Parts: sequence; structure tokens; C-alpha cells
Amino acid sequence: MRIVVAMSGGVDSSVAAALLAEQGHEVIGVSMQLYPSMPDGRSGQGPAASATGREYGTCCTLDDLHDARRVAAAIGIPHYILNFESRFDETVVSNFVREYVAGRTPIPCSHCNSELKFAALLDRALGMDAGALATGHYARIVRDERGRFHLLRGRDAAKDQSYFLFSLTQAQMAQARFPIGDLDKDTVRSHARRLGLRVADKPDSQEICFVPDGDYAAFVEREAPALTRAGVIVGQDGRVLGTHEGVHRFTVGQRKGLRLSSSEPLYVLGIDAATARVTVGTRNALGRTTLSAASVNWTSGQAPVGWQSVTAQIRHRHAAAPARVRALDASRMEVAFDEPQTAITPGQAVVVYAADEVLGGGWIE
Amino acid sequence: MRIYLDHNATTPPDAAVVEVTTRVARDVWGNASSVHHFGQQAKAVLDEARGQVAELIGAEAAAVVFTAGGTESDNAAIRGAAEALEASGRRHLVTTAIEHEAVLNTCKALARRGWRISVVPVDTSGIVSADAVGAALTDETALVSVMHANNEIGTVQPLAAIAELAHARGALLHTDAVQTAGKIPIDVTRLGVDLLSLSAHKFYGPKGVGALWVRRGVRLAPFMTGGRQERGRRAGTENVAGIAGLGVAAARARQAMAAEAPRVAALRDRLEAGVLATVSGAERNGAAAPRVPNTTNISIERIESESLLIGLDLEGIAVSSGSACSSGTLEPSHVLKAMGLPHARTLGSIRFSLGASNSAAEIEHVIAVLPKLVDKLRNLTLAPRA
Repeated sequence: MRIVVAMSGGVDSSVAAALLAEQGHEVIGVSMQLYPSMPDGRSGQGPAASATGREYGTCCTLDDLHDARRVAAAIGIPHYILNFESRFDETVVSNFVREYVAGRTPIPCSHCNSELKFAALLDRALGMDAGALATGHYARIVRDERGRFHLLRGRDAAKDQSYFLFSLTQAQMAQARFPIGDLDKDTVRSHARRLGLRVADKPDSQEICFVPDGDYAAFVEREAPALTRAGVIVGQDGRVLGTHEGVHRFTVGQRKGLRLSSSEPLYVLGIDAATARVTVGTRNALGRTTLSAASVNWTSGQAPVGWQSVTAQIRHRHAAAPARVRALDASRMEVAFDEPQTAITPGQAVVVYAADEVLGGGWIE
Repeated sequence: MRIYLDHNATTPPDAAVVEVTTRVARDVWGNASSVHHFGQQAKAVLDEARGQVAELIGAEAAAVVFTAGGTESDNAAIRGAAEALEASGRRHLVTTAIEHEAVLNTCKALARRGWRISVVPVDTSGIVSADAVGAALTDETALVSVMHANNEIGTVQPLAAIAELAHARGALLHTDAVQTAGKIPIDVTRLGVDLLSLSAHKFYGPKGVGALWVRRGVRLAPFMTGGRQERGRRAGTENVAGIAGLGVAAARARQAMAAEAPRVAALRDRLEAGVLATVSGAERNGAAAPRVPNTTNISIERIESESLLIGLDLEGIAVSSGSACSSGTLEPSHVLKAMGLPHARTLGSIRFSLGASNSAAEIEHVIAVLPKLVDKLRNLTLAPRA
């Protein structure tokens, strides 16, 4: 089959492309150009040095496009660069900024997957007469005998990225492939070495791709200076404890950067963007057992009837905890954890699993 | 079997060109500046090539300076004239909005050093008006730079008329003839130009080599400074093998031109007519004449060039949009923008530039394939959601 592979220049998507080619598919590599190019070829993003001292760009910079092109040439597949700058800005970056300004903590990677990669990019793949779009995600899709698709965690639990893919619809999953979902990271790197790919030892990009230095607050301030405003920090009793420079600098559960003096460590409990108020409290106030989520996608194709026992994950780096979930209406869900969870954060996703399968997910309200 | 329709980007090397460059690289490797036998052999190759290039443009061999290509020739002409004339108080350049970036960005670089640059606009014909150029001239104009033919739409500019106006104000006229040399007859005397750039790889010669013709008596500050090669006009040990290729390419282009130009014009006309007839919402960009014989630039409504380029490539058909040098951005071509075309029309433009390898059968195949591809891309909607 003709398969388009989204190549970021990283080792995961490189190996995904190579394995599909080895399996005899007609593979076409594409890379998304997401940032405007600059004279020095760095797209304004700083490089990350690997242990070997060589410099790489962070995800999808011109340096990464170069890596992707070299890998495509090494495995003998055509490579195209698709310019998605404005779409990326509209669907991912703008959403990111808006969420922070609204006092929420966004996950741009999930939006990128559902609105860019498995939407616009999938569209382009179909336009190239491809039967599927493949990525280097650590996740698995399984088709049952009734033709329904199931999204499963990647076999490498430490690298599993199913959390970011909860928004995929059945139609999108029908045309998606995750060639390395069954492998662990070490095996992926050893495939890369076996194939002589220069990216075998390239470090993984850990940060949000368009904020490589991890300073989200500074990014938001640059992008939307008019929308950020100072406000007060208050205790749970409403007493003003201090001031802040903008709610976008905070996330629920945050301890650093509050600049408050108190006998006990204080944590952000909640953010009210409308009044620019940040509420703080002690650690035990951070635990909550319930949440509601909006814009829910039932990945498995079916909403639960009544309460269903699941494990629920509220952050990428969170061990899914036992809980019950039920649909509140067509687009919302309610999750009740058996034990209190620390820092349930509006803007993050809650993804509910039955064993390794993603039943669905939504955006925490 | 691939169909190559991007000859304005580059051309495949002629077999005779490959032969001579290989042979010279292997057998005539001396430094042309050396006094001894090996230098003399190399010099002889340069002399022969110089004559061949001169004949292509109706010039004297001694006035031809070898460079590393069209971009260097443009830089040498513009920067060289600017530097030579600066002291005289002339600090004004006139150019056009449809020039190649090699000319435009060189002018911008001079602007950053205090030079005044006038950029003459064009209309939807893609042909600059000589009177408009004349109106931009002042007594401080050092140089006017107007391309002979535009690389994206192929239109030929009225150089002879512009030359008269420029000379009347004491200004020099440079032309970037990269897209006309080897395609249509050039006589530098009749054109009236003072400086002319050309590039080998546009007429079946090797990449990395070109020439700048400099009218006798015109003084330029050398762009490449160092040794005394090229009579002190362009330093650097000569790329003898490449220059040999340039010479052979020039000779062959000159011989083939009388038959090849009408042949390729007929194919281009058939392709253009065929596409305009079978693809709805398609329009040619720029005037039909005067044009180089091989180029047609067509905008197709409700299509993104990028998708069409890739779709055609997957069908084995090679074309371009905008110009090769500026691909990788989704910004509309500065040429189409300068012509005042509506924005939507600039986003779906395709340039077909034909050459020696193209046949009638290939053209018919492209005409058959293109409308279906356009339909498919137009009908694409986002992947259906459950």
C-alpha cells in the first residue's frame, strides 16, 4: 500500500518509515514545515546538543527537516516538505496562548494530532493516493472482527503516547498506522543503528516543539502581550497574600514562583482568569476526587452506559488511577477517582483506560 | 518514465558537454595562469570557450568574463558598477519589480549602504514599460538593471528602448539574460546593453559556471578580488572544465536555436492551449508575447501549488511554481504579486518550462493527466469524522 509517513527528523518517525519500507509498502516521507525559516536556518529555535556533542534542532526546525530528508534518502523513499505554518499557528499555537491567558494549562500536542496531523496532513496523504498516514507514535491501533478500531497504549509503557491521541475518531484511526507502537525505545534505536540512520542517537525532543526552552510564560507574553495582566494571589479564605504578573505564569499544583512567605509550602489550587486571581493553599488542599471534562471523544466508539470502572490519567506523566467514569451528556464526562489526585488541572486532558485501551478522553474543565 | 518540464530551473547537460567537461577535467588540469605547457593547454581551452560564448551573444571574446554563474554575474555587474561610480556622485539604481532575487537582493544590499533604489512596477502583462523606467531615471542614476526575459512568466522586456533612455541620462544598462541566452538570438549591440549576465546550466551546460559580458570601456570594480585572472576582472583559478562545458553548450545552443525555438514554441503553445481548455478556472499569467518560446505560467483556481506540484511529481511530471530559488515558502511569487494579480491567483500558479527532451507525446500526456489531478485535489475534503 502507498503510505505517507510523517517524518519529524527524530529516530521514532525515521524508524517507522524504514520499517514500513522494509515491509514492502510504497512509502512517501513528508515533513511539516511549521515555523517560518530564518536566514541562519535555525527558525529562531535553539539547538539541543546530544551527548555526542553534535547539534540538532528541536522538533521540526529546518535542521530536523534536513535530518528527515537525509533519512528518506538513506532508506530510498521520496520526501516532500509541506508548509503548514499558518495552519499550525491557527490550530496549535493560538490555542496554546489562548488557554494560558484563560488560566488553563494546555496540551498543544493533542490538538496537533487531532487537528493537524490526523486532519490536514491525513487529507494531504489521501490526496497523494495514500491508503494511510503513519507516524512514529508509541501507541497501537487494533481492529476487531466487527471492524471497530481500538486505540491501545504503546507496548513501551515509559514512552506510551496514547494520552495524546485520545481525540482520534474511528475514521481517523482507520487510516492511521503506528509502526513502532509494538516496540520499545531501545529496539527502535537498535533498528536505527542497524539501518545506519544518523538519527539513531539523536535525543528525543522533550519539550513542546515550539517552545524549546520550556519557558511557556515568556512565549505567551511575546505572542499576546496585550492579553496578560497582573493580579492578586489569594488564600482559600479569600485573603490577599501577594501579587502576580499574569495568570499565564501559573498552573495548578505549582509551588515555585509564587513569591509568598508562609510557614508551609503553598501550591496553586485554582486560577480565575476573569478576575486575574490565583488561589493558593497547602498541599492537602490539592487533592480532589472528581472532575468534569468537555469536548469528550469516545475513542472506542461507544460512550459508557452509566458508571464504568476505568483507570484515568490526568497528565502525560501521571500513573492512571482507578476511577469511575460516566457520560454527562453528548459532549461531557464526569470522572470520580477512588483516591484523591493531586493537581487536577483545567486545560489538561483526562483520558480513561480499560486496561491498555483508551476508552475516551476530554478536556478538564 | 519522467517528464521534465522545469527547464527554467535547470537543464540536463548535453552529451557533448559531459564529454568535454570530463575530458578537460581529466586531461587539461593545468592552472591556466601558469607559464608552462600545462598552463598554456588550459588557457587554450578558455580561449576557445570565450569565443563560443561571445558568438552566442554577438560580442567580442575579450569582453567576456567567466564567473561561477548567473548570480555571481549579477552581483559583479551591479556591485562592480556601483563601486566604480560611487565616487562620481551617482548613487541611484533603477531596477524592476520582476527581477530575479539575485538582482533584487543585491540592490537591497546596496540600499543598506546608502544607495537609492527605484523599483519600477509592472502591470499584469509582466512587461515593464520603457517609459516607466525612463521616468525613474535621474542624473544620479549609475546603473539600470532590467532582465531580458522573466524566469517565471517568460516575458521579454524592451531593452533597446530602455538602453536609449538610460544612456541619454548617462546611466549604464545591465541585463540579466540568464533566461534568454541560448533560447533566443542575442546581439548585445542591437540590445544596446552595457553588461549582460548568463548562466551555463540554463542551456544544457554545467552548473556553477556563467559569464558576464562587459562592453569595452565600461569600468567595473572587480567583485572577486585576488589574483589577476580574467584580465584582472575576476580573481580565482579558473574552473577550466566547467568553462569548457559552458563553451560547448553555447556553441550547441547557437546552432540548434533556429530549429529548436519554433519546435519548443509549438509544444508550449499546445500545452498552454490544452491546459486552458481542459482545466476549469485556469488562466495564463503574463502576456503571450513577446515571450521566450518555452515558458508558460498558469494559475489554477481553488488549488494550492504545493499540492499540485507534489501530485504531478507523483505522476512523474516535474514542474515548478514561483521560482526554484524561493521554494519552501508559501508566499506568493514576488513576480506574480508585482503584476498585481489577485492573491488567490498567485497561490495556485504553475510554471511549465519546456526544453530539448520534450516531445508532443509528453505534452499530450500532461494535458490528459492534469485535469483529473486538479479535480481530485479540488474535491478533497477533510477526512470524514465519525
